[in-house]
Amino acid sequence: MSTVRDWAEPNPVTENRTGLIGKPVDRYEGRLKVTGTAPYAYEVETPSAPLYGHIVSSTIARGRITAIDTKAAESAPGVVLAWSHLNVPEQAARGARINPRSQRGANPALASDRVEHYGQSVAFILADTPENARAAGSLVRVAYAEEPADLDFLASLAKAGPAPGEEDARVGDFEAGYSASEVTVDGTWFSPLQNHAQMEPCATTAWWEGDKVVVHTSIQMVKGGQHALAETLGLPSDRVRLFTRYIGGGFGGKGQSYDDLTLAALASRASGRPVRVAYTRQQMFQATIHRPAVQMRVRLGADRTGRLNAMAIEAVTHCARNAPFVEHAANFARNLYAAPHRLTGHRLVRLDIPHAGAMRAPGEAPGMLSLECAMDELAETLGLDPIELRIRNEPEVDPDNGKPFSVRQLVRCMREGAQQFGWDRRNPVPGAVRDGRWYVGMGMATAIRGNFLLPAKAGLRVTGDGLATLTQGMTDIGTGTYTILAQITGETLGLTLDKVRVELGDSDMPPAPGSGGQFGAATAGSAAFETGMVMRRRLAELAAGDPASPLYGEDPTLMDFANGNIVLGNRSASLAALAGRAGPEGVYVEGSISPAADARDWSQHTYGAHFAEVGVDSVTGEVRLRRMFGVFAAGRILNAKLAKSQITGGMIWGVGAALTEANPVDPRFGSFLHQDLGGYLAPVHADIVNLDAVLLDEADDKANPMGIKGVGELGICGAGAAIANAVYNACGVRLRDYPLTPDKVLAALEAKGL
Amino acid sequence: MLTTIRVNGVDRAADVDPRMSLLDFLRERLDLKGTKKGCDHGQCGACTVLVNGVRINACLSLAVMHEGDQVLTVEGLAGEEALHPVQHAFLVEDAFQCGYCTPGQICSAVGLLAEVAAGQPSEATVDLEGPVVLTDAEIRERMSGNICRCSAYPQILAAVRRAAGVAA
Repeated sequence: MSTVRDWAEPNPVTENRTGLIGKPVDRYEGRLKVTGTAPYAYEVETPSAPLYGHIVSSTIARGRITAIDTKAAESAPGVVLAWSHLNVPEQAARGARINPRSQRGANPALASDRVEHYGQSVAFILADTPENARAAGSLVRVAYAEEPADLDFLASLAKAGPAPGEEDARVGDFEAGYSASEVTVDGTWFSPLQNHAQMEPCATTAWWEGDKVVVHTSIQMVKGGQHALAETLGLPSDRVRLFTRYIGGGFGGKGQSYDDLTLAALASRASGRPVRVAYTRQQMFQATIHRPAVQMRVRLGADRTGRLNAMAIEAVTHCARNAPFVEHAANFARNLYAAPHRLTGHRLVRLDIPHAGAMRAPGEAPGMLSLECAMDELAETLGLDPIELRIRNEPEVDPDNGKPFSVRQLVRCMREGAQQFGWDRRNPVPGAVRDGRWYVGMGMATAIRGNFLLPAKAGLRVTGDGLATLTQGMTDIGTGTYTILAQITGETLGLTLDKVRVELGDSDMPPAPGSGGQFGAATAGSAAFETGMVMRRRLAELAAGDPASPLYGEDPTLMDFANGNIVLGNRSASLAALAGRAGPEGVYVEGSISPAADARDWSQHTYGAHFAEVGVDSVTGEVRLRRMFGVFAAGRILNAKLAKSQITGGMIWGVGAALTEANPVDPRFGSFLHQDLGGYLAPVHADIVNLDAVLLDEADDKANPMGIKGVGELGICGAGAAIANAVYNACGVRLRDYPLTPDKVLAALEAKGL
Repeated sequence: MLTTIRVNGVDRAADVDPRMSLLDFLRERLDLKGTKKGCDHGQCGACTVLVNGVRINACLSLAVMHEGDQVLTVEGLAGEEALHPVQHAFLVEDAFQCGYCTPGQICSAVGLLAEVAAGQPSEATVDLEGPVVLTDAEIRERMSGNICRCSAYPQILAAVRRAAGVAA
């Protein structure tokens, strides 16, 4: 097993002689996307004309199907089959596993008469056209025996219990430290239930080739999807071939498979035809996962100089009754600020609503909306600048575990951000700046998000035409995976990008964990790098051992790679010629990355600082973003353009979380109030004004051989808190109930007599 | 119903289910899958196409309503080799991530530029008398029917400016 010391050696990526690393090249698959020719899962060509599936959803939250009548649907025009739990083909029980290395258990559809949430699949129609399938779906008649359901999170807080297998994290004696503090803040924040709202609904195209099923589906994890379907169908994993080449947004919501995958595979087997199944937009809300609401009590105790003595975040969140999930909204605080007495923990309420799950920066995204505003309140109480308060609580080592930081540029993020944003122009007195009917204010908050490296593999082939093709069972959900893998491979082998191909999203390829948790680039990229290094050694040995090579007999360890050649002194051998002589298939190698044995001896995170200026309409209570700026540190940046897109995209998610996004549960039915994009208010163009970000120079040599880290989730962390703090600075209203919608702002303004 | 629609310059005739949306006609009957289905309810803009030069949500329109109409989709924008200037601008400004809303954004931007050139005002237009000036506020307002959940809005703004030849 390697150690981080091995990673500190110079290598082709860190030396970056060609200059591909960091270069803001266009997206590898960009041309396909701007011409509309990138085939998403529903759109792939099928071997013969497809049939179309449509899922019928439950209209109760909890209970039992007492009768279901699909006869009218079955005899409707164009219908091939109609299934309910009464006649769906046999599937394995939920969670069952027969394959020893399965990452997921079975996930059967229409499995029983039980209904566990509104919007659960209860019937499935297969027809010749989408119109006929949908029309037939409306003919299915379902009778239910409803049972009492827990639907209202805030009304169920008394039922909150410990999160399974978890204990509160305690350092020192919080209660004693808090009560002995000279200055305290004690507040309760609420972050509502939110939806991913990916632009591409979940979709699958499936067909069978003999006893093997081929599925193209929209999922972030290749192996996860393959294994879940294999277990559900009771098949060995290698009889499921899963492709996921283009994914129209994931954000955590496509980390698992849904009934579109299962039912498409089953219906294709039953009909002998290719089958396409897509979720409707309404099903995306009701039948996939969401970010649960979180209530967070934050208590801070400090001395008069602003040094934190005690800090607590106690979070209560919810999940589906039979699908445990914890939104770890308090965990980030363990690594952020120094305080000798600390308490963080989570409680969980079980509800009869769709499954809670991971959504972009699970934990930090809602969690930082509390602590980063509490710090703003503390700064004001102490008469300190919010940045100065944070600097006074900057820890020397990780306050949670005493480990050294691999690299931590949080203070530099705040200072550079303040300078570039013009923080010195902020009037610390709330409500002091007016622009016509608008109150204008500025706020800031920090960002922190962990960095992770998981085991991954990759394959690499160099062929006689001089092309290098990287293959990996990895995904690109818009994050830029195709592009950065091409850059890494090109730089490692000394090739220009026009000589590099990247193929992803195929379960037959060497596996990588997929996209999620901000681990994708570091994990898949490190595997690609290591595979490139294996190829370098292999090609150098070939050059030394090939009598036709100009480098025959030379020491392979002295050879270098540049411009498509292996170079030694003034002699060179081209990769194309070497690979061509090696055989018609060229040269193929595989490589892998694993976490270093000692990597967790360091505290590894990405950091940032957000700055926002808002206007609050004194008449309507509407909050409008005026400008927003962030400075971030996330290791070596592979592609300046794509990394920035990831970061600013995350910041805009923070704008949505602060101002517009929430999905209440209708307590009558257990449905979400918003089941479409007209009701669920993700930010649109007109909401986003003058938003920019910069990434600091950094390399984290404890992270992986390239010193890179993830950027996909960092941008959302803390972003909404900067806006909420700006709202307070603008008009003197502290709202702890997100999102800060006009009704709440207006009521608070009126309560202040404004 | 037998329906003939001129799509990307070519007459396409088909026997169309009257319930079929223009979007499904393009995707399922003509195999033009560049036009995306994001919500099927006219709320996301992923299905934006140009009908007789005017941008619409193809999901909100039945195919049979478009007998004789000229429909331009994302597949009809690029030439044999060269991208349409709006496509090129989206590519170099990185005005997309997952790419699913992108064809709709691009068609919408093409429509926007024609509307501005024709002097059609928007909610963001300050001077209703003179020619429309393509300010950032105009672009943001006129592109707000196209949701990008990856939130590439700053880059989309830059791309539309670039395509219009407006300096940042």
